Amino acid sequence: MSNHSCIEIANEWGIVSARQAGRELSKEIGFGSVDQARITTAISELARNIYLYTEIGKIDLEEISDNHKNGKVRGIKVVASDKGPGIENLRDVMVDGFTTSGGLGAGLPGVKRLMDEFDIESIPGEGTTITTIKWLR
Amino acid sequence: MRSIVLQHMIDNKDHYIEQWRVSFDELLFSRSESTIKPQYIQDEMKEEFVSVIFDTLTMDGHSRRAVVKRFAERLIHDGWVVSEFIMSLQKLRRIVMKDLSNHYDREKFVDLSGELEDWLDEQITDLTTEFAKNHEEVKAIQTVALKELSAPLIPVFDKIVVMPLIGTIDTKRASQIMENLLDGIIEHRAQVVLIDITGVPLVDTMVAHHIIRASEAVRLVGAECLLVGIRPEIAQTIVNLGIDLGNFTTKSTLKKGVEAALQMTHRDIITNEEPVTGGGLN
Repeated sequence: MSNHSCIEIANEWGIVSARQAGRELSKEIGFGSVDQARITTAISELARNIYLYTEIGKIDLEEISDNHKNGKVRGIKVVASDKGPGIENLRDVMVDGFTTSGGLGAGLPGVKRLMDEFDIESIPGEGTTITTIKWLR
Repeated sequence: MRSIVLQHMIDNKDHYIEQWRVSFDELLFSRSESTIKPQYIQDEMKEEFVSVIFDTLTMDGHSRRAVVKRFAERLIHDGWVVSEFIMSLQKLRRIVMKDLSNHYDREKFVDLSGELEDWLDEQITDLTTEFAKNHEEVKAIQTVALKELSAPLIPVFDKIVVMPLIGTIDTKRASQIMENLLDGIIEHRAQVVLIDITGVPLVDTMVAHHIIRASEAVRLVGAECLLVGIRPEIAQTIVNLGIDLGNFTTKSTLKKGVEAALQMTHRDIITNEEPVTGGGLN
């Protein structure tokens, strides 16, 4: 795919540039304002997790397309990856209200609800990769 | 004691300026696409740069740096790209180098080119240092300006204050919002605070968390918080995220918020009857 960008998250401003890039790309793909807000919020959550829990990580944004039953569908793929401490118990972090930072604990389950597809892989001590997709309907 | 190279450049000043100008045209100022300047301004800048470099040949270090400083200030003010000026200095190096190699034998040339390098390095260092220093100053001023803008508290009625939030909320700003809120409530003896998030581009869990915490603190000092200006798409993402704002009184617009705040402080806006014109009191 032609549209691809990668933003490093090393400080709080990285979060801002990641979601600005996300907003631009989702607008370009043709998402409406509500979905744009959903996608940027999801990116913001993922980027903030990288900022809060790891030294450095990155957010990859990519335009994708797939053949659905009603023809070709476009979408946006957001991949957040880091080489942080990893997540010990994946089941815990997907529960609403679970937090280790004193926050609201709505981040990851929230992202899952904001996006269409959600996949998380984590190896304790090595890092975490979260892949999410939103399809244009 | 002036070095041979500098003396050589002073002696052949006109020759070098002319040659350097030619090289300008193939390199300088044509590259910056973002800041295309009118031709006469470009020419003016070239002339100034020439004089900054060549007039300072005869100056001592102190006054030379003052000239470079003024020049760097202008670069920042007018938005020039400093790298272009540095690249043009490399061009000058090549011109002088070539001349030196024609004039002197090999052994002498090695010495002289060392001197030339030293001189050019100093020029480049000074220019970039002044440029960076100026940039830092501008940045510091902007940071202060931004801080002053970041969390204003406006008293709109007796006992009612509004805090309009515009732009991205980061950790630093969140703590400032909290501080200004609490100070303002005490100062204005406010009973109701309206937090207007119309200008906040995105509400994620962190922003929501900060707003919730701020409103809890507001409650502790005896006032109440109203959240206004929630745009439809923000409302949807808040629901998707599963953030509970159930303890909040929320209104869609600031206007409705003000009306509610007046009600909460047992007041109302009434419209006076139209004054009778031309008659009445004798």
